[in-house]
Amino acid sequence: MKHIITALVQNQPGVLAHVAGMFAARGFNIDSLVVGRTEDPELSRMTIVVVGDDRVLEQVRKQLEKIIPIVKVRDFMNVSYVERDLMLIRIHATPEKRPEVVELVNLFRGKVVDVAKSSLLVELSGAEEKVEAFIELARPYGIRELARTGIIAMPRGTQSDSRQTDEADE
Amino acid sequence: MTKKSKSSEGASFLGASGAELFDRILQEEGVEVLFGFPGGMVLPIFDRLYSSPIKFVLSRHEQGAAHMADGYARSTGRTGVVIATSGPGATNIVTGLANAHMDSVPMVAFTGQVRSALIGNDAFQEADITGICRPITKHTCLVKRVEDLGRAMKEAFYIARTGRPGPVLVDIPIDVSTSKLAQEPNLQIALPGYKPRISGHIRQIKLAAEAINASKRPVLYVGGGVIIAGASEALRELAHKGKLPVTTTLMGLGAVDEADPLAMQMLGMHGSATANYAVQDSDCIIAVGARFDDRVTGNTATFAPKAKIIHIDIDPASISKNIKVDIPVVGDAKDSLERIIEFIQPVDRSPWLEQIAQWKKRYPFTYEANGNIKPQEVIDTVAKLTDHDAIVATGVGQHQMWAAQFYKWRKPRQAIISGGLGTMGFGVPAAIGAQFGNPGKTVIDIDGDGSFTMTMVEVITAVRYDQPVKWIVLDNDYLGMVRQWQEMFYGRRYSATPHPCPEFKAIAEGFGARGISIRDRAELADGLNEALRHPGPVVVDVKVEPEENVFPMVPAGKSLHEMELGKLA
Ligand SMILES: Cc1ncc(C[n+]2csc(CCOP(=O)(O)OP(=O)(O)O)c2C)c(N)n1
Ligand SMILES: [Mg+2]
Repeated sequence: MKHIITALVQNQPGVLAHVAGMFAARGFNIDSLVVGRTEDPELSRMTIVVVGDDRVLEQVRKQLEKIIPIVKVRDFMNVSYVERDLMLIRIHATPEKRPEVVELVNLFRGKVVDVAKSSLLVELSGAEEKVEAFIELARPYGIRELARTGIIAMPRGTQSDSRQTDEADE
Repeated sequence: MTKKSKSSEGASFLGASGAELFDRILQEEGVEVLFGFPGGMVLPIFDRLYSSPIKFVLSRHEQGAAHMADGYARSTGRTGVVIATSGPGATNIVTGLANAHMDSVPMVAFTGQVRSALIGNDAFQEADITGICRPITKHTCLVKRVEDLGRAMKEAFYIARTGRPGPVLVDIPIDVSTSKLAQEPNLQIALPGYKPRISGHIRQIKLAAEAINASKRPVLYVGGGVIIAGASEALRELAHKGKLPVTTTLMGLGAVDEADPLAMQMLGMHGSATANYAVQDSDCIIAVGARFDDRVTGNTATFAPKAKIIHIDIDPASISKNIKVDIPVVGDAKDSLERIIEFIQPVDRSPWLEQIAQWKKRYPFTYEANGNIKPQEVIDTVAKLTDHDAIVATGVGQHQMWAAQFYKWRKPRQAIISGGLGTMGFGVPAAIGAQFGNPGKTVIDIDGDGSFTMTMVEVITAVRYDQPVKWIVLDNDYLGMVRQWQEMFYGRRYSATPHPCPEFKAIAEGFGARGISIRDRAELADGLNEALRHPGPVVVDVKVEPEENVFPMVPAGKSLHEMELGKLA
């Protein structure tokens, strides 16, 4: 079972090493760990996808809370949220195959960001399943290279003021 | 955050060097003694300490200094402080920090570091000590600018002593010690992610009380958290009001007076049969400031199988980590117990108490005082001679377990024992630290020959600073605890456990302490008495039965009730 946890952390040297070390030392399995800046220059947000049952999730949360530069931990159990994973993928595409691939990219609302003689570099974001579905469909053409950011997530606003905009839930 | 505060005493730090600031903040924090060892990267700090009112104790090895700070902290409840230089000085305190961390001991360690500009260059005596210590401390911090030093120190002391206490490491590059403050430093603690004061939720408190009231066979299972929180009196009250039998962990020794009829002594791998049977039979375990360590639970799948589990602990991460908890109360032990007491109703539990009394009669800790001097006999004698009132440190091994079983502990902060990490060599320096914190009190280290040898060099420190510690070495010429496992589970193949010892008496005398050798039962009481009456430090070397075993024993992976009883069987 996968769980998403986010942690607001003080921007201090060693915090990432601390978190990564804690996961390794306690044998927690993580799928991805993303760190990035937030609206507050003193704080960063880590988004961690953990694999394990509810008890593992609870331990992970508590162990994160013990790390002193970690200001706030939140898990997304029983919460409606939006998740995004950003991917850059280089797909083998000879000029003959190119339109076919571009059509696929458009279907997924991706973007072609670089075109070379025999390949296309595509940018695509969305929930994990969408990104993975695209990868499966791109596979027959030949995937040259692939990079993903890992998931970032945020809860939706309160039910009343929350509207699904742009992409509906994929 | 922009507010620039002066020190709490209102004095100005303007123009002070990092080293001066260091000294003055330590004084503000009420530090009276500092244990450590000098070196190049702490030269400016030591220069300042030369004229500081804080007492500095030079150990003979940094590990010794760290354990002294630890023993000082455990025995007094104050924060122990240790300082070492960069590189090897810093790595030498690693065991001391890990040890304090496992047992939640408030400690602050300062290490020198190479010049900021050289960090990361593999400079001479550089070690990434904050990186090394991160997983074995409560917090670490590398100070980059002199402006941050005061706040970092204040935060270190605050973090070390609050919540679930623990060691904090502050790494100070030499240029931070030498630079001068061009502006008043900001000493305001800024720890938005640290909220140590938690009070148990009233709903949980009531649930806990209800479960206790409904229980027919309750057991209070008490750990070191009760001692740390100063909750012994509240615990006694709860136990008596509710007629709740009490067992303690190794770390909880002294949290209850073992002379109390409700006391069942220690539980777990080498715990009393009474405590272990009671836990396995109980319908309600009330864990207070304990963490269900594997040495306590044995096989977790069959631990206390009939019991509802209440767990009172200040560390939320301890709840349901090893054992699924039914009623968690996250909060300070003293506060939580005092609030639970109010809801406790008197219940007649005579059948349960009767059963426990029978077990206690049938299965006391025991030994036979014949043949060679028995190690248990030595502890028994020491306990009686000191009226169970001394501060007692131990090493790690069989002697430690016998000390736990036979001293008959009475008071909190009396047992100075390495529990979580099980660090051989802890006892010698820890006793010295405890003596520094308790001048005039009898401080004893009941040690093993192996553990003693690891750190015995610190006897020199006690001699130099007139600390009258009594080291009593239960000398079996074996790494006994390991030998016992080899005897029981490895067909008596004593691989690397025979441990022939030198003349500890001569060594003690060479170090400037008194040395006493006891070889005969007839000399035992007199020899120990003589040691205890001697005004200075004494090493007593007692040759004991080399192949005595510790019982009861729950073999690894077995359930508590499957313990081997030895002679009691
Ligand atoms: C630093 C360290 N190294 C190794 C061990 C493993 N160990 C546990 S008990 C023990 C034997 C201790 O011998 P001694 O101090 O003579 O005590 P005894 O068991 O003989 O009473 C050993 C080697 C340890 N606990 N700590
Ligand atoms: Mg021995």
